[in-house]
Parts: sequence; C-alpha cells; structure tokens
Amino acid sequence: MIEAQGLIKRFGALTAVGGVTLRAADGRITGLLGPNGAGKSTTLRMLYTVLAPDGGEAWIDGISVLGEPLEARRHMGVLPHGAGLYPNLTARENIEYFGALQGLARRVRRARAAELIRRLEMDAFADRLAKGFSQGQRVKTALARSLVHQPRNVLLDEPTNGLDVMAVRTLRRILAELRSEGHCILFSSHVMQEVAALCDEVIVIAGGTVVVQATPEELKVRAGTSSLEEAFVRLVGLEHEGTSA
Amino acid sequence: MWRVFRKEFGETLRDRRSLIATLVLGPLLMPAVIGVVLSLAIRHGGAPSDRPITLEVAHAQRAPRLVAFLRQYGVRIEPVRADRDQARRRVERSHGPLLYVPRDFGARLAAGQPAPLRLYADESNRTVQAHVQRLGALIAMYGGAIARLRLVARGLDPQLLAPIALHPIDISTPQSRAALVLGMLSYAILFTMLMSGLYIAIDTTAGERERGSLEPLLTMPVKREQLVYGKMLAACAVMGVSLVLTVGAFSFALRHIGLDRLGMSVNFGPGVAAGIVLGCLPLIPVGAALMTLVASYTRSYREAQTYVGLVLLVPTLPLIFANILGLRPRPALMAVPSLSQHFIIMSLLRAQPLPRLDIAISVTVTLALGVVLMILAGRLYRREKLLG
Repeated sequence: MIEAQGLIKRFGALTAVGGVTLRAADGRITGLLGPNGAGKSTTLRMLYTVLAPDGGEAWIDGISVLGEPLEARRHMGVLPHGAGLYPNLTARENIEYFGALQGLARRVRRARAAELIRRLEMDAFADRLAKGFSQGQRVKTALARSLVHQPRNVLLDEPTNGLDVMAVRTLRRILAELRSEGHCILFSSHVMQEVAALCDEVIVIAGGTVVVQATPEELKVRAGTSSLEEAFVRLVGLEHEGTSA
Repeated sequence: MWRVFRKEFGETLRDRRSLIATLVLGPLLMPAVIGVVLSLAIRHGGAPSDRPITLEVAHAQRAPRLVAFLRQYGVRIEPVRADRDQARRRVERSHGPLLYVPRDFGARLAAGQPAPLRLYADESNRTVQAHVQRLGALIAMYGGAIARLRLVARGLDPQLLAPIALHPIDISTPQSRAALVLGMLSYAILFTMLMSGLYIAIDTTAGERERGSLEPLLTMPVKREQLVYGKMLAACAVMGVSLVLTVGAFSFALRHIGLDRLGMSVNFGPGVAAGIVLGCLPLIPVGAALMTLVASYTRSYREAQTYVGLVLLVPTLPLIFANILGLRPRPALMAVPSLSQHFIIMSLLRAQPLPRLDIAISVTVTLALGVVLMILAGRLYRREKLLG
C-alpha cells in the first residue's frame, strides 16, 4: 500500500508538486493521470525516495519514506522513466545485479531472474548484451529488474512510452497478474486509453495537486460525460480555472 | 559496496573498446613509443669512442713518427694525395677528418719551432666532432712528449711544463645519467595510471545519468555513498592493473634496448618495478576520487570527458614544476601528492634511496587526501541535483 500526505516539492521558485495526498491500495492498479508537467514524475520520485519532499510525508506499507528510506525501498519495485540498462551486461545480468543490490543470495537471484525471464517472455534476448536492445526489450528488462526482489508495491513512470502494441499488451498482462497476486501498483501516464484499459482507480493530477481520486466510472459520472477523455479534459480544465480565479 | 565493485570491474573488463583504451593503449603503447625513441637515440647518438677513428692523411711521409704514434692509439690511417684546396674539397664531401701535413713540418720540428698541422673536418657532424676532439687530444699528447724530451735534453725538469694538475672527477653514476634521460618516465607512468581510471570515474555519475540507469540504481536499498565507494574502488582496481602493466612494460622495454650503450645503466629490474608500483599505489584513490568529484558536476558524458581530462593535468603539474625548478626531495615536498610519487620513482631509478621518513610522509599524506576526497565524492552523490 502506498500513501502520501500533503507532499510538496519546489525547484527554486517553481512549485512542481503543491501538496499531493493519495492512496494506492493493495490488489489494485492505480493510475496517476495528468497532462505533461503536472507533477506526476516528481510525485513518483518522492515516493520512491530519489527526491526528498519539501513538505508532507509518504509511507510504503506503513514505512515512512523519510524516516526509513532504505527499508521503504525494499518494499517497492521501481520502473523509472527511461529505464536505463547497463549496456555491457546481458539482460539476465542486469536483473541479477539489481537482485544483488537488493541483498538477495546468489542462488535466489539466479532463480528469480530465470523465472522473470520466462514470465516476461524474454528468453530470446535474455543472454544478449543490452547494448542493442529495442525499447520494448529494454522496458521488459527494466521491469524484470524492478521485480526481482518480489516487492509488494510496484511504481512505474510512464511505462508504455515508446512501446509497440505487442509490448504494451505483455505489460498490461503482467500488471493484471501482479494485481491478482495482491500487489499494489501505481503507474503514471498521460495516455487516456492506457488508464481506461488498466486502472481500478484513477488519480487525476494537474498543476501539482490532486484534482480527484476515483474509479474511472465515478470520474465519468462526476464530469457528466460518458467518455473518460472528456471527463479528464473537463476535470483538468476546471482545476485550471479554479487556480487562476 | 563489494557487489557494485564486482559488477563495475567485470563490466569494464567486458567492454572491449574501453578495455583497449585503458589497458592496452596507455600502459603498453607509451613504453613502446618511449622505447623506440630511446633506441633510435642510442643508435644515432651512440658512443663514438667505441669506434675506431679513420683519419685521412695528406703527405703522411712528412710526419712518419706522428703517424706511427696515432696508429699506436688505434687511429686507422688512410694516406691520400691532395694539396690544400683538394683537401678542403674532399672534406666538404666526406666531412673528414683529414690531416694535412705541410711541407715545412719536419724542418720546423727539427728546429724547435712550432710545427704546423692542418686538420680539416666538418664539425657540424657530431661523430666527426667527437673524432676531432680525440684526435686533438692525441696530437697534444704527442706534442707534450716531444716537449718533455726537449726539456730533458736541455737539463730541465719536464714538470716545469705542468704547473697545474687538474683531476676532473665525474661523480655521475651510470644510473643518474640514465635518470636524466628518463625524466619523462615518471610523468608517463603517473599519467597513464590516472588516465585508465577515467572511464569508470565518468561513468559513475555522468555516464549513469546519461543512460538513465542512475535513477533505478538510487531506488535500491543501498546507501548512495556505498554505490560511489564501490565504483571508485572499481576505478582504483583498473588503475592498479594499468599501473602494474605500465611499469612492467617500461621495465621490459628499457632493459631490452641497451641503454648501457649510452653510458647509462638502467636500474629497472623487477625489484625496482615493484617498488615503483608500491610507491604509486597511494595516488590511485586520489585520482579516482578527484575524477569522480569533477564528473559529478558535469551534465553529460562529453562534458565530463573534457573537464576530467583537464583535471588529469592537475596532478601532473607538480612534475613539470619539479623538472623546471630542479626540485630535490624534501620532507615538505614529499607531502605533495604526485610530486612525491615522482620523487619515489626517480630515487628508485637512480638507485639513491630516499629517507624512510620521506616515503612515510608521501604515503600517509597521499592516502589521507584520497580518503578525504572519496568521502567528499560520497557526500556529493547524495545531492539531488545529481539526477540532472
């Protein structure tokens, strides 16, 4: 479970995140939806402890990310934006290296890597150097890498960016599987269809604050429209009017 | 930390291009180049005193005793027929030397007057110049013998002709003469060593950031300092391997190009090589930390390469100053990293051991600076701006 209470992040004079409060439950896929520059990535970065918030607090499975960042990191798997791999390691070695950094014993991380490679259908390229990987192969490797320590919580920043249809489908299947296993999944996206197809719950974020947290159905009802896209545009638009007024 | 170290070290070993750049190009090429340059110098500037002098003599029959005397001292005499003009033209082609004995040589000698001799030579040729010097000394020796005989014949003590006895005493040992030529050696060793750590040092911050693997790495339950320490350790290991290779290659190259023919003996056996490696080891952490520090301030891999390349010059500056100012080891100077390593290398090559205190100062101060810089690099890695 991921919780945040009044998270604030400023970069100089710019307030990127101005008090985000959210909750992502176990066994559910929660989508962080918002236009570019809304503060999605910054929020996620604070949750996965790479950025320190200027205000507020967050917990992973009840562990404070400020108080015990190392412990909190053990409870989450992170797929950051970009998903950089080590070009001179194979996919398998990339995964096993992160297993090692998570403190897994050699035998355990070997077994986990092998299992993830099977599960993510990576056999064809698992033992090739990551140098020439396609974006899809890269994201799969990075995802496997973030799951090697079997974290209860999974955070993904724009995971479907640059993926082809087949890769997106594999990703969706994996996320759905993880949900049915009881994991808590939080991912950010600016793609409506993505969120509509996957999410049990949507957090709409704009201008650095949460506009609304609801199920996709509730969103449509609230915005008084049958299309999620339309709902999104209206909610974000309302928020902007609200702040400018 | 150890896991980061093992992964970084393994990854570097695997990347063939960077491996060639760090471990082959530097450590092996540099000694090879210096070896070739030195062996060329030996062949061309080689010691001419070993070779017999060939002297053309015009009108040798006018000075038979002088010719016999020169032969006795290993000068190969080649009688030629030439008048003065012909002699001059001949030397313009052959560089000489050519000894021309004038007609009145015998008569003036017999009369006790200065007997003229003409020695033609092109002294812009270094070999000829050396030959002329030796011939001059030999002929002066011959003249000296005649002078002493004349004095004895007049009942005078020949020692009257030697009011001063100058004894030049050359204290340069063959090793120290070699060390002059090999002054660039310590520079080459230190520079190559630092250079080989460049790749990992840059990769630690700018490289990780550019390829986007820094952020996932920072989500691992490992303290950020530990990550940097691991990476710096890997850089140190690569630098260590490079150092051993470089020194080994130099040792091999310099022992096989025959520096003794330059009148130098190079004191560069396995023992000295091991000493040099040990003496330079403390500088490794300083280099690794310094490069990591600078790289963490840069925005991209390329920028990092530029700045770190510049920083590489900093540890080599003291060496240049030392050479220009002719600095000698002093305890205060031994506290300067890289300069003290230079002194250690030179003292080993010269076979002039340094006081233990000096070595202790060098090792302690350099290691301490390395530790401080490493901790600083670890601190910097905690900054958020690191993410860029």
